[in-house]
Amino acid sequence: MEHRVVITGMGIYSCLGENLNDVRDSLYKGKSGIILDETRKDFGFRSSLTGMVKDPDLAPFLNRRQRLGMHQPAMFAYMATKEAVENAGLDIDFLEKTETGLIYGNDSTAGSISETVDRIREKKDTTLVGSGAIFQNMNCTVNMNISTIFKLKGINFTLSAACASGSHSIGMGYLLIKQGLQERVICGGAQEINPTAMGSFDGLSVFSIKESTPTKASKPFDRDRDGLIPSGGAATVILESYESAIKRGAPILGELIGYGFSSNGDHLSNPNIDGQNRSLNMALKQANINVNQIDYINAHATSTPAGDSVEAEAIHRVFGGKTAVSSTKSMTGHECWMAGASEIVYSMLMMQNNFIAPNINFENPDEITAKINIIAETKQQDINCFLSNSFGFGGTNSSLIIKKIKK
Amino acid sequence: MNRETIIETVKDFLSEEFEVDKSKIQPNANLQETLDLDSLDYVDLVVVIEENFGFKVTGEDFIGIGTFDEFYTLVEKKLAEK
Repeated sequence: MEHRVVITGMGIYSCLGENLNDVRDSLYKGKSGIILDETRKDFGFRSSLTGMVKDPDLAPFLNRRQRLGMHQPAMFAYMATKEAVENAGLDIDFLEKTETGLIYGNDSTAGSISETVDRIREKKDTTLVGSGAIFQNMNCTVNMNISTIFKLKGINFTLSAACASGSHSIGMGYLLIKQGLQERVICGGAQEINPTAMGSFDGLSVFSIKESTPTKASKPFDRDRDGLIPSGGAATVILESYESAIKRGAPILGELIGYGFSSNGDHLSNPNIDGQNRSLNMALKQANINVNQIDYINAHATSTPAGDSVEAEAIHRVFGGKTAVSSTKSMTGHECWMAGASEIVYSMLMMQNNFIAPNINFENPDEITAKINIIAETKQQDINCFLSNSFGFGGTNSSLIIKKIKK
Repeated sequence: MNRETIIETVKDFLSEEFEVDKSKIQPNANLQETLDLDSLDYVDLVVVIEENFGFKVTGEDFIGIGTFDEFYTLVEKKLAEK
């Protein structure tokens, strides 16, 4: 028997705000979270533009031992997961006595690794890095920390799939619940936000260099786009079987009805229309809906010249030119490993509040992006069903479809 | 560094590192129980001792160390050897 999969909680810690309400307001206002981080120039960056979140003070919530193994990915994920668990009506006592899984997207721990290696080089003694370093440095840092803090007893692994990590994590949670293997899975994505994490990415010269106008620099789909802007934070969603949500009297925020995925199998960094189309079509087929039933597409579009064109073409081939499209990366920058999860949260907030967040800084299309319906200003509109795209290096593609459950 | 200074220094960094009230760090109190140390915490104890006194303790050094008083004596001995 297949199970329906619903979302019963969400949490967000991003450059648009540190909680759902603040992020909702930023999305509605089209507020950018991009700043110029001068320290990046000293570090050798070509572009110092970045989204920014502060390291949260976890001392009021967690004891010393719980905090020691956490660097940015786990710290951000904790904040997002705490909010999601609370608004799903869950608590640690309940989680400890039931079976809840955790599949979190993360694909780097560069900040903690560089600090650890610097310390070993300075001290020439591995013991003197302390007991927390190993738990900060492993790529599964979010899962190790969050699963022990929240006393989770179900599936427990980290998913690394470049900039589609967060999206695939939700897709995998969906499949496990759909098949009846888990009742509830906490999914999400985390992205560290420090120079060491993004130096090698900046080295590819793919970041925007519009440094004199940080909030206007991310221009997905615009003809004058010149590159992406890195960002970070974390986003969490609580997936649950419909039966479990009803049994608990949990809030049902939406239903996940389609997860499409594919691999391009060609180039390390270049996108591929065919690969993206296969992911989109697989999600639509699984959702058993036609393209006209999708009210909004949250595009992956990162503001790179090549990437946005390929996605616009892929969307046009499947949906034509009418479906409303925006890229929230115009405000957030590229939240990389977190993006696939955060963009589900952003789109859910739009669905809950009946608006489409704008693709800010979109002034002029190019020949290809002119083919699709890009929403440049906040638009009041009911969203009954949306699709969110995430594509990553190595040619990994993921598309998720979520619909509103009528009350 | 005299014993009194050692005691004050130790109380300061142990209470901060292990988040325990200074008043609980008494000469005859058990170090492991008071600080609630597990195997991982001993690694961090080595780190804070090195940061504050400039020497590294080993597992062997801790054999026979039960109370804070015994720990102060260990620090005195290690500082004298420097």
